[in-house]
Amino acid sequence: MSDQKDEKKTNRRDFLFTATAAAGAVGVGAAVWPLVDQMNPDASVKALASTEVDVSSMQPGQSLTVLWRGKPVFIKRRTDDEIKKARAVDINDLKHPEKDEDRAKNPEWLVMLGICTHLGCVPLTDKGDYDGWFCPCHGSHYDTSGRIRKGPAPTNMEIPKYEFVNTNTIKIG
Amino acid sequence: MSNHEYTPSSKFGKWFNDRLPLLTLANHLTDYPTPKNLNYWWTFGGILTFCLITQIVTGLVLAMHYIAHADMAFSSVEHIMRDVNYGWLLRYVHANGASMFFLAVYIHIFRSLFYGSYKSPREIIWILGIIIYLLMMAAAFMGYVLPWGQMSFWGATVITNLFSAIPLVGESITTWLWGGYSVDNPTLTRFFTLHYLIPFLILGLVVLHIWALHVPGNNNPVGIDIKKPSKDTVPFHPYIVIKDAFALLMFCIVFALFVFYQPNILGHADNYIEADPLVTPAHIVPEWYLLPFYAILRSVPDKLMGVVAMLSAILILAALPWLDTSKVRSAVFRPLFRQFYWILVADVLILGYVGAMPAEGLYLLIARVATAYYFAHFLIILPVLGWKEKTTPLPLSITEPVLGGSPNLAAARSDEKIEKTIK
Repeated sequence: MSDQKDEKKTNRRDFLFTATAAAGAVGVGAAVWPLVDQMNPDASVKALASTEVDVSSMQPGQSLTVLWRGKPVFIKRRTDDEIKKARAVDINDLKHPEKDEDRAKNPEWLVMLGICTHLGCVPLTDKGDYDGWFCPCHGSHYDTSGRIRKGPAPTNMEIPKYEFVNTNTIKIG
Repeated sequence: MSNHEYTPSSKFGKWFNDRLPLLTLANHLTDYPTPKNLNYWWTFGGILTFCLITQIVTGLVLAMHYIAHADMAFSSVEHIMRDVNYGWLLRYVHANGASMFFLAVYIHIFRSLFYGSYKSPREIIWILGIIIYLLMMAAAFMGYVLPWGQMSFWGATVITNLFSAIPLVGESITTWLWGGYSVDNPTLTRFFTLHYLIPFLILGLVVLHIWALHVPGNNNPVGIDIKKPSKDTVPFHPYIVIKDAFALLMFCIVFALFVFYQPNILGHADNYIEADPLVTPAHIVPEWYLLPFYAILRSVPDKLMGVVAMLSAILILAALPWLDTSKVRSAVFRPLFRQFYWILVADVLILGYVGAMPAEGLYLLIARVATAYYFAHFLIILPVLGWKEKTTPLPLSITEPVLGGSPNLAAARSDEKIEKTIK
C-alpha cells in the first residue's frame, strides 16, 4: 500500500468519525435541553408578572411592602427631609453611582425591590446609619434612596419597571 | 481484589460463585488484612456508613408523610411530629442524624489530616471523600429547606443567591435554580427531588471509596507501608468488626442523648415559624457544620470574592495530597507539623464560632485573621514544612516498636537506614 492511499483511507474514516460525533453531539444536546430548561420559570410563574397597588391611603413617611413575583417591593412615600437627604449626596461618594432623580422619577415616591443585593434578605425600613434601610443578615446600609452606602452589598436596591396608572394606583411590572 | 483463591465449601456455593463471585467478595471483605495498630480514630468509617444508612431509612419513611408543597410542607412536618406514629422519633433521628453524620465526617477528615492518610498511594480515596463531603453538604442544605420554616426559606435564599455572584450569567443561573423569581414552590419541589437522590449518589461513591481503600489497604497510626498479609496485619473479621461495633455503640449513646434529651439544641427556633417571604429573621445562621465556611464567606467584603474564598476553602482540600510535600505520613514522626495541625484545628473551631456571631467589629477581625491562616496553612505552611522539617526516625514495621530491643532490628536501625526510609 502506498503512503498516499493509506492517508486517503484514514481521512475518509476521520470524516465519518467526525460527522458521527457531531450528529451525536447535536442529538444529545437536543435531548438534554428540555431536561435543563424545565427548571426555568414556567408559564404560570411568568403569568404573575404585574401587580397593581392602591396607594391612596399612604401618608408622607409611610411605607408599604407588597409581593410581586414572590419578591417584596417597597413603596415609600418620602418626606421632604428624606428627599433632600437623598438628593444632597455627592454622586462620587457612592459605591454604585446613581442619581436619586433617576431612581425616583416622582421624588415623593420611591418604588424598589426590597431585596438586599448581597444575598437576598429583606432589609428593615427606616434603619441603618443612613436612615434608609438596613439588612440584618450581613449588615448592609442603604440611604433614603435605597442606594448602598456601607456593607457587603455590591449594588443599590433594584428599581423594578413600574408606572402610575392614575394618581392613586401604581402598576409594578 | 483478593490475592488468594477462594473456593466455597458447599456445592451450591461453588456453582453460584462461578456465575456471580459474590462469595469471593464476601470472603475478601471478611479476610481483608488490616494493620493491627489501628486506633479508635479508625472506627469512624464504619460509623459513617451507619449514619448514611440511618439517614436513608428514616428519610424514606419520612417521605411517606411529607408533602413537598409551599402551602403544605410546614404543616405536613407538624403532622409528622404530632399525628404520625413515632413520627417525632423518626424526624428527630433524621434531623439530628444529619448533625451526627457531620460530626463523624469531621473526625474522619481530621484523622486523615493527622495521620497523612491522603498521601500517595491514597489520593483517589481522599478525593472521593471530598466529593462525598460536598454531596453531604448539598443534601444537608436541601434537607434543611424542606420543613419550609423561616430558616429554611431564608437559608435557601442566601445560599442560592451565592450563584448570583457569578459574573454575567449569575442572575440567569439563580432564576433557573429557583424556577421563578424567588425561592418558592418550584424551588421546594426540586430540592425535595434532589435531597432524595443525593444519598444514593453518596452510597455509590462510598462503594468506590471503600474499593479504592482496599487496593493499597488502610493507612495506620505509624503511617508506614506494610506488607500484606504479614505479622503486621489482622483479618478484618473479627478483629476490626468488633472494635468498630464497640465504637458504634458509644457513638449511638451520644446520638441518643441528642435525640431523646436535646432534639432541638442543634436547630434554630426560627424554623418553627412558617416561611414568610416578606420578613427576614434578625439573625440568619446556617447549621453548625457549615459555620466555618460561612465565616470565610462573610470575612471577605466583596460578594464574588467571598463566594470564591468559601468554595476554595473546600476545594483546596482536594489538592492536599500535592500541597503536603512531606514523604512521612503520620504526624507522630513530624514534630513541627503536629503543632501546626493543632493550630489548624483551633483555627477551624474559631471560624465556626465567629461564623455563628454577627459579622461586625472584633468578630469580623477574628474571622479575617482565621480565614487568612486557614489558606496559609495549606498554601504556605504545608509545602514549606515538607522540605524544612526534620522528622523523627520511622520504625521499620508496626511490630518493631513493640518488640524493640531485638538485636537484629537494632542493627538495622542505623542512621543511614533511617535517612533512606524517610526519603
